[in-house]
Amino acid sequence: MIHVRNATKSYDGDLVVDDVTLSLKRSGVTSIIGPNGAGKSTLLSMIARLINMDGGEITIDGLNIATTDGLELAKRLAVLRQDNHITARLTVRDLVAFGRYPHSKGRPNENDLEHVNRALAYLGLTDLSGRFLDQLSGGQRQRAFVAMTLCQDTDYMMFDEPLNNLDIHHAVSMMKLFRQAARDFGKTVVVVIHDINFASCYSDHIIAMKDGKVAEQGSPDQIIDASILSDIYNTPFQVQNINGQMIATYYGA
Amino acid sequence: MSLKKIYVIACLAGVVLAVTSLFVGVADISLIDFFDGTVSQTDWLVLQTSRIPRTLALVFAGTSMAVAGAIMQMLARNKFVEPATTGTVEAAALGMLVVLLFAPDLPVVGKMLVAGAFALAGTGLFLWLLTKIPLRSVVIVPLIGMMLGGVISSFAAFIAYRFDMMQAMNVWTSGDFSTVLRGRYEVLWLAFALAIIAYRGADKLTMAGLGQEFSVSLGLDYRKVMTFGLVIISLVTASVVVSAGMIPFVGLIVPNLVSIAFGDNLKKTLPWIALFGAAIVLICDIVGRLIIAPFEVPVGAVLGVIGSFFFLYLVLGRNAYAR
Ligand SMILES: Nc1ncnc2c1ncn2[C@@H]1O[C@H](COP(=O)(O)OP(=O)(O)OP(=O)(O)O)[C@@H](O)[C@H]1O
Ligand SMILES: [Mg+2]
Repeated sequence: MIHVRNATKSYDGDLVVDDVTLSLKRSGVTSIIGPNGAGKSTLLSMIARLINMDGGEITIDGLNIATTDGLELAKRLAVLRQDNHITARLTVRDLVAFGRYPHSKGRPNENDLEHVNRALAYLGLTDLSGRFLDQLSGGQRQRAFVAMTLCQDTDYMMFDEPLNNLDIHHAVSMMKLFRQAARDFGKTVVVVIHDINFASCYSDHIIAMKDGKVAEQGSPDQIIDASILSDIYNTPFQVQNINGQMIATYYGA
Repeated sequence: MSLKKIYVIACLAGVVLAVTSLFVGVADISLIDFFDGTVSQTDWLVLQTSRIPRTLALVFAGTSMAVAGAIMQMLARNKFVEPATTGTVEAAALGMLVVLLFAPDLPVVGKMLVAGAFALAGTGLFLWLLTKIPLRSVVIVPLIGMMLGGVISSFAAFIAYRFDMMQAMNVWTSGDFSTVLRGRYEVLWLAFALAIIAYRGADKLTMAGLGQEFSVSLGLDYRKVMTFGLVIISLVTASVVVSAGMIPFVGLIVPNLVSIAFGDNLKKTLPWIALFGAAIVLICDIVGRLIIAPFEVPVGAVLGVIGSFFFLYLVLGRNAYAR
């Protein structure tokens, strides 16, 4: 379980995460949705200890992230941020292999290599594994980063807008992969996502944020609701049940 | 052919280069004499006290400066930096000046450590400045470093001028191996040892080069690795400044060429960087010895010319790779 209690963050006096309290259960896919600037990335980064909180407390499986050893946390929680800019010229395989560092400490064994190969295969990167990152397309590079995060093989995995730059085929297969990881291996996957329908079709739980607060949370059936979404995005929504999937449309005249 | 085999062959070529370097110079010593046993006493003496130390010094300085440059580029996440463009060299020279003023009798290792501490402070200041300056155009970064270096060295020049030590300043900041003799270069063994220690931390240094966020999420102690890298860079620079004087651009040219060919995974590239670092310095030194023989152009000057052009090529060149 991840518990967030009264997490607060402000920049120059502006509260961007405002006293957020929430729990993330073990196993399952949780999507965080909400408008630009709602505080989604900030909250995710605080849970992943990438930025400091101004107040509050976060625990992962009972371990306080502020006081637990970094390597210990890295074996439980992996995170991919929204913007990743790498200047070093690494091959896809080298990058993904660094995901094993918390386990291998630089001495990869057979098992680590297997993880690397599997992560590359899951994301369709096997043929590109010898390429340098600067020789990839935007979507291929995004997949390489996701593969690295997966390769860390932690119980909790957080991805900030992992579908960025992906075509529909790869977006769908990545979401399926997350769901499979949750169902078959009991992983807890948290994704920040802008495409409401991906959130609707592939998550077990949705958290909607607005103005630094959790506005709503619940199952997709509860959250993918015309009036709730209209409120959160200040945009008229229609929601239809298509073959059992709640699909939102919002293309106004 | 595997990359390992190629590396071994390249190393053998490096050995040939080093042997060549042994037999170039004013006193005419012939390699053949060594095989037919007609080598004279004086030849032996020249070899032992001057030629061998010089060649070793060149190899160690070249290797360690190239490695230091590669680490600097990782830590600053910028392809255009090396100890000569980050204030490191100038700070080390300032440190030497301070030692000579206050503790001139310190053994050379002690002097090196003081210079290293100054270099560390200077490089730390540079990295701190980078975090304070919002616009991080890739070329701005070395400019900031050179400006910082300029400030430090004008401060040092002011002191040196007051105490009539301008000449010593000059010796530290422009590499010249013609004065290297047995007993006056040994601190470079330390620089070489530091380069080997750096290799053992190669994975961590590469990860630090991915940035703080990646490092933290991989469970790396980012500050510790940064400090480790900075200490290596500073002590290597200080050793070179103290013994033979700064050799510029090796730390820039070599890692960049290796990066274009093999990428930036230091675990794979550091051996190449070390080898090419030694090779380029050996070659430039031989060129400097031959070009206006019997006089010499210091290796620092030869490298300065080649390096400036390379730097311009990197900045202006249409290769998008360094961006
Ligand atoms: N380093 C910073 N300095 C100042 N303000 C910041 C900083 N980082 C984020 N903010 C502000 O905090 C607010 C929340 O940012 P955050 O990145 O968490 O939004 P988000 O919900 O992830 O948005 P998006 O959907 O656009 O990614 C924004 O208003 C942003 O301008
Ligand atoms: Mg965001």
